[in-house]
Amino acid sequence: MMRLNAKLGLLVALLFAASLMAGKAWVPPEAAWSGDPRWTIVTQLRLPRAVLALLLGGVLGLSGAVLQGWLRNPLADPGVLGVSSAAALGAVAALVLGAGSQWGVFAAAMAAAVGAMALLAALTWRAESPAAFVLAGTVLASLAAALTAFLISIAPNPYVVAEVIEWLMGALTDRGPDDLAHAAPFMLAGAALLLGTGRSLDALTLGQDAARSLGVDLRRLQALVILGTGLSVGAGVAVTGVVGFVGLVVPHLLRPLVGARPSALLVPSALGGAALVLGADSLCRLVPGPGEVRLGVAMALIGAPFFLALLLGERGRSWS
Amino acid sequence: MELIAEGLTVALGRRTVLRDVSAAFAPGRVTVVLGANGAGKSTLLRAGAALVPAAAGRVALGGADVAAMPVRERAQAIGYLPQDAAVHWNMRVRDVVALGRLPHGGGVADAAVDRALAATRTADFAERSVRDLSGGERARVLLARVLAGEPRWLLADEPLASLDPLHQLEALALLRDAAAAGMGVVVVLHDLTQAAAVSDEVLLLKDGQVLAHGPTETVMTPDNLAAAYGVAVEVLVRADGRRVIVATEAARQLS
Repeated sequence: MMRLNAKLGLLVALLFAASLMAGKAWVPPEAAWSGDPRWTIVTQLRLPRAVLALLLGGVLGLSGAVLQGWLRNPLADPGVLGVSSAAALGAVAALVLGAGSQWGVFAAAMAAAVGAMALLAALTWRAESPAAFVLAGTVLASLAAALTAFLISIAPNPYVVAEVIEWLMGALTDRGPDDLAHAAPFMLAGAALLLGTGRSLDALTLGQDAARSLGVDLRRLQALVILGTGLSVGAGVAVTGVVGFVGLVVPHLLRPLVGARPSALLVPSALGGAALVLGADSLCRLVPGPGEVRLGVAMALIGAPFFLALLLGERGRSWS
Repeated sequence: MELIAEGLTVALGRRTVLRDVSAAFAPGRVTVVLGANGAGKSTLLRAGAALVPAAAGRVALGGADVAAMPVRERAQAIGYLPQDAAVHWNMRVRDVVALGRLPHGGGVADAAVDRALAATRTADFAERSVRDLSGGERARVLLARVLAGEPRWLLADEPLASLDPLHQLEALALLRDAAAAGMGVVVVLHDLTQAAAVSDEVLLLKDGQVLAHGPTETVMTPDNLAAAYGVAVEVLVRADGRRVIVATEAARQLS
């Protein structure tokens, strides 16, 4: 367990260093002390971006592990609560309605994410079964997607539409220290709440009644999951756009290595998510051509085939 | 410290499942809860662990309402084994058993985990994954999980459901041992002969109400059992004093 965390930590450190060096211009480590002007690229552009990638991957992996444990379903990810779609709606609203400053987009996305989580909590407050959350989350996500499409359709000019579409694709391109300063406190606070769920999730493995008889307060757990996911993933989406699949794929890959105990999966999933996003973002920058592949697109290209393989595997196991 | 249901009424949705149930359970004894399907046996156990709210009355442990007890204190005092034997992730047996230590803030390293593994004869496969086990092995692991908490009360809902005869007898012996060690054991069973063999007392429920409660031999009479289950029942007493109880035919066919 400790060894796995150490290995993943080392991988994250290596990928973080690579993320500082890799790009259209390769900056060698010795630039740090040789007065190389390219070092400015590292400190001004790549460092905040790498830290953001680290945090984004961390909260996506962590929240995926928590949600899979909470819903006791290996196919769950932060998207099932509708938080990503709601944050995207907020950001698009800011862009279309003319409040598209960096701070305006972040504030609108964050407000929409937290608002959606509050609505979800209110809708499902008396619900015993996690299925109610999935249903309510799916409805919220669909509603947010429909409203997003509506906003795009009333956009004042094609430039705004282009801006919205680019934002929706999800990327760390050009994200700077300000974005990091906006999002990091929420992401860290949300992650701290999610890390507090481990033992309750373990108990939930035995079902709701057994968990409650072991002293787990399911309502408190529910509040931690919703608030933790809302803050961390909401803040992530608010600065990077929608980046999917990390929360689904990473816990699933690591589960066999930790013995399937939900609490044992939390820290490895955070580290694994950070490694995946750091690595993918570096690759995005290295693809030849004038621009960059969008991170959200790259993740979907990696994640969709994996998801299908997962579904086929599940079908083989439980339906046959 | 007695566990007492006092005028307990429980409603699930619009249906009243338990109606004004009063019964006292003493520590160090095995009480078997019997009754037909839907008589309220599982609900009584769930109310005992404060998993369903009482519409009226209460369950008290040592004079304190279990529903109002501090959660951790209640979890330490009352171990509950649900009927549902699902383990949602394919965890290691030792990790599953160690969940019983949660109310004590402990984990896999606790000596109580090893004691529970040894008592349920599950130590041999402690390192295996729970989904690789047979249904009977898994049932014993889940029983070990409750025993690992070393609660003062054990409320077990049909713990024999997926066990073969040998392991049923072993599980019953475990319940007896737990009671001999001072634990109060309240267990829902369906097999009348086993109920007679293991119990000091029997609580017989019918339609959410207490039909009879007391020492096994006074409660498990043909008349009481016929009234509770709607079947004709023959009670055979063997030379060693053990009772064999056979349902012979449905009572409605008799009339």
